[in-house]
Amino acid sequence: MNLIAVNSIYQFEMARFWRTLGESIAAPVISTCLYFVVFGSAIGNRIPEVGGVAYGAFIVPGLILLTVLQQSLSNASFGFFFPKFIGTIYELLSAPVSFLEIVAGFVGSSAMKSMIIGLVILATATIFVDLHILHPFWMLAFLFLTCVTFSVMGLILAVWAKDFQQLQIVPLLIITPLVFLGGTFYSIDMLPPFWQKVSLFNPVVYLISGFRWSFFGQGDVGLWTSVAAIFLFLAICLGILGWIFKTGWRIRN
Amino acid sequence: MPSIVSIKNLSKTYASGHQALKNVSLEIERGEILALLGPNGAGKTTLISAVCGIVRPTGGSVTVDGHDIVKGWRQARRAIGLVPQEIALEIFETPWNTIKMSRGLFGLKHDAAKIESVLRSLSLWDKAHDKNMALSGGMKRRVMIARALVHEPRILCLDEPSAGVDVELRQDMWEVVKKLRDDGVTIILTTHYIEEAEAMADRVGIINNGELVLVEDKASLMKKLGQKRLFIELDAPISALPPKLAKLGVTLADDQRNLQLVYDSEAATSPIPDLIAVLSAEGIALRDLRTEQSSLEDIFVSLVRRAA
Repeated sequence: MNLIAVNSIYQFEMARFWRTLGESIAAPVISTCLYFVVFGSAIGNRIPEVGGVAYGAFIVPGLILLTVLQQSLSNASFGFFFPKFIGTIYELLSAPVSFLEIVAGFVGSSAMKSMIIGLVILATATIFVDLHILHPFWMLAFLFLTCVTFSVMGLILAVWAKDFQQLQIVPLLIITPLVFLGGTFYSIDMLPPFWQKVSLFNPVVYLISGFRWSFFGQGDVGLWTSVAAIFLFLAICLGILGWIFKTGWRIRN
Repeated sequence: MPSIVSIKNLSKTYASGHQALKNVSLEIERGEILALLGPNGAGKTTLISAVCGIVRPTGGSVTVDGHDIVKGWRQARRAIGLVPQEIALEIFETPWNTIKMSRGLFGLKHDAAKIESVLRSLSLWDKAHDKNMALSGGMKRRVMIARALVHEPRILCLDEPSAGVDVELRQDMWEVVKKLRDDGVTIILTTHYIEEAEAMADRVGIINNGELVLVEDKASLMKKLGQKRLFIELDAPISALPPKLAKLGVTLADDQRNLQLVYDSEAATSPIPDLIAVLSAEGIALRDLRTEQSSLEDIFVSLVRRAA
């Protein structure tokens, strides 16, 4: 195992994050504040508690995941697409680095950046609402697994994308709707029965549900269902990525 | 001593159906500079890329320093440094960080002294902490070379090192390459500039249309390049070529007015004084004369054509 290479990729990618720290942190924090103002205060005042939790607090886990999913996906996809685009990928392909080492370096750095942003948003949320996290360990575990899974997905996206438009279209057309329809701002109990059933096919429902459970001890689905769903999702993404590196699809001729 | 790179029956057909390499076999000796010469699209880059692991061969095998590039890919890749044709750098990073990353990718611990010495050897030290985007084209190319050298490879592959490089930098680069060779690094370079092969290589391989047409010592290739042609236009046509001229190798054109002699300009003695003496002894008057050196390109084209 070439651990030095993993660390080199990780450090190189993190350097980009530190270089643009202001933008990296400010943008998600500002948009989260806006969500709190609009949904938490303006609209939230007219919505009663959800399952005994004040609406303002109820949306916190969903809001964190909304940003964390997008960040994980875009960090990893941009991080890997950029070398592909400017040509520096030749070095990864000709270096004594295996598929798992490349994935570990890129996913590690992408997940770390999203974790940092997620925790900053959590800290910001405490300014607006009263929060008490029931299971902090599970909260961190869910956050970590979500960051890793969506970073792996970001790598797949980066390999698939042929240009910057394609790179942006997946988060925009697929992830954002899935997150909004996954219970960010509501509990799926609040949906008509038919749409509740449809929601169960949305993987993000399980992520948000588990994450929300770690805060308030309640979710749309059971804890272990959430955990199993995340691992299943991660395994599928890793499987696809493994196939990509094995066949060299869109990377190696 | 066994060759440092051994290529056996290497073939590559791309997904598009284009066959870029056809059964290429080549032994590269330790410490030599081998220039792969060929027109654009001949398969030079594919050959280098296959050795470096960027392109997957569809047939044949390659061993690098005794390691098969598939089974022993880690060891094989560790031995090679690659400088691709296109400049590819993260523009917001510095040469220092770029090179540090490259060393790490090859599994070597950070070594500030080594990075400094590589940067100094390529006259990049005073730019070490500038952004890559602020560097001139020549400097960027040197960063690319530094990147390939920082893990101390035993083989350096240079893909078209002179493409888009000014004369001064080209000379500098040749010096760097020669110094590396003196340090024992084996150099494989591709080029479509014959002068480059001439200036740097110990051996020259000519690739055309995916096939290795020939591999030859530069010295013997140069001998072929040393041929010159002398054209003599006579004042009046002559009915037959005097035997003394025929003995010198002179030929008479169909118009009976033009003589031609092919000779070796590198030879110890020139046939020209003898030729002039015979002409004046035979009382043949000249109107004009000119010489023509077969251009390097001509030789190259004729070699490629002969092989086809």
